[in-house]
Amino acid sequence: MIRNKIKMTSMERVLTTLGHHEPDRVPFFLLLTMHGARELGLSIQEYFSKAEYVAEGQLRMLKKYRHDCLYPFFYATIEVEAFGADVIWFEDGPPNTGTPIIKTAEDILSLQVPEIHSTPCLVKMLEAIKVLKVQAQDNVPIIGAVISPFSLPTMQMRFSAYIELIYEQPDLFNRLMAVNQEFCVAWANAQVQAGATAICYFDPLTSPTLIPRDISVKTGFRVARQTLARINCPTVIHQGQGLTLSVIDDIASTGTTAAGAGSTIEDLATLKAACQSRLAVLGNLNGIKMRHWTSEQAEDNVKKAITEAAPGGGFILTDNHGEIPWPVEEDVLLAISEAVHKWGRYPVCRQTG
Amino acid sequence: MISENEVLKKFIDQLLQIDRLGAEKIFKAVQQQGTALQTVDKLIVPALEELGKGWDAGTVALAQVYMSSKICEELADCILPFPNQDGVEQPRMAIALLEDYHALGKIIIHASLRAVGYELHDYGRLTALELAQKVCDDSVEIILISTLMLRSAFQIKEVKRLLDDAGSPARIIVGGAPFRIDPLLWKEVRADAMARNVAEAIKVVSSCMMKIKMEEKV
Repeated sequence: MIRNKIKMTSMERVLTTLGHHEPDRVPFFLLLTMHGARELGLSIQEYFSKAEYVAEGQLRMLKKYRHDCLYPFFYATIEVEAFGADVIWFEDGPPNTGTPIIKTAEDILSLQVPEIHSTPCLVKMLEAIKVLKVQAQDNVPIIGAVISPFSLPTMQMRFSAYIELIYEQPDLFNRLMAVNQEFCVAWANAQVQAGATAICYFDPLTSPTLIPRDISVKTGFRVARQTLARINCPTVIHQGQGLTLSVIDDIASTGTTAAGAGSTIEDLATLKAACQSRLAVLGNLNGIKMRHWTSEQAEDNVKKAITEAAPGGGFILTDNHGEIPWPVEEDVLLAISEAVHKWGRYPVCRQTG
Repeated sequence: MISENEVLKKFIDQLLQIDRLGAEKIFKAVQQQGTALQTVDKLIVPALEELGKGWDAGTVALAQVYMSSKICEELADCILPFPNQDGVEQPRMAIALLEDYHALGKIIIHASLRAVGYELHDYGRLTALELAQKVCDDSVEIILISTLMLRSAFQIKEVKRLLDDAGSPARIIVGGAPFRIDPLLWKEVRADAMARNVAEAIKVVSSCMMKIKMEEKV
């Protein structure tokens, strides 16, 4: 078989692997959000105050780390901010939400879908995507992000109250899902309209780490199937740091293109095999441990992940969580990049084994 | 005659199915055969430990652990003479959520420790400075701290520094997602111990109590 040695663009590389073929090398996404603030010498809060800062930060990091995507995801709480929640900023980590916006049943009954194009925080992110689309054209995929309708309530209300709602109040649960679904579809498609190539659908609650499968099949996965069918681009379901393997068939049944491997205790090769060419896999460098890695450890971890999951394509190397933690320094990220460029060229088995 | 193990297994099954009435029926049957503390020791402690281990092994979901700990706390509340009037000696304990708003882990551990007979202050969500102040004001000897975000986990270092400066001997037990992903993080933030789940929390608290008692004797 003649191997294609021609260097691909990031877009070609990613599309080839999503089609379960081997591209020129293993694509890798450094899912960097806050780190753009460091590039521009701004505080995290300042950095996310303007679309042009985020676009510039993303472009600088693309050039520096030579990875394969732009990731204009601002922060997880942006969606509850759109629903009216306060955002609390920190100097050394992602922003958090303040008091939950849903405290009573009445709050669910009166909850309204925020209008995307008149909500300043969302408009800002859409503007960043538009700037990046102009710069990247079709050469680099732009990855948008949404929190799933099923998982968003963990930020809209107290987590414990939400679990009780799932088990004990199906009517209120369905009402909350209806509002969140409309928002999620509109928000995802606005990002696609602005230039996003694919959407990462963060859905940690469908992981059996958090909700038992018999419940999530009737709730979260049902919601995912309905929601993803209305999103106008390929999607990735990412379950945060939870277990994925035992629900991989449920993930495949949603019609998504790829699954995030969030758990660092699940075997990447086993997960890849379970996907059976139905789903590509993204994962799973340990984002928390990464902050202490030496160059050698970064190289070893990259080689291990590539050996386990890259053969045959259908694999994108990323961190396990979907966002590189703020304490991870530039030298570690550069070492990861260097290792992928050194060891990620296809065919990979012979080189890394 | 059903063995104690079979009774425990049935009780755990009812908890996993979130069947309050079923769990209560078994609980009351066991209670008729012994004292309140014996019922807690025979049923609630091993059940919560088993569920905690199950979560760690990936066979039980966090939602089941939460609902089960709530049911156990309600059952124990009906029979145990809170606050700690049963002559059981325990150190002054408190539990807190550091800066995060994700309180589920704290709620589960609080409910589980109460269900097995411990009394502890629930400080809710606070900053490192506020937490250190309260620990000193209440002369707390064991403080359990829950975090979800990595940033909040690092704040525990600041709590430890403030407690050291104030001369507080309080032991710090930590738990939460960052500590599960990086098993050495608890040492880095200068905690005294870490608990991955309910079972470990019960054991670590018990071990801390032993150490405190031994130190008092010395």
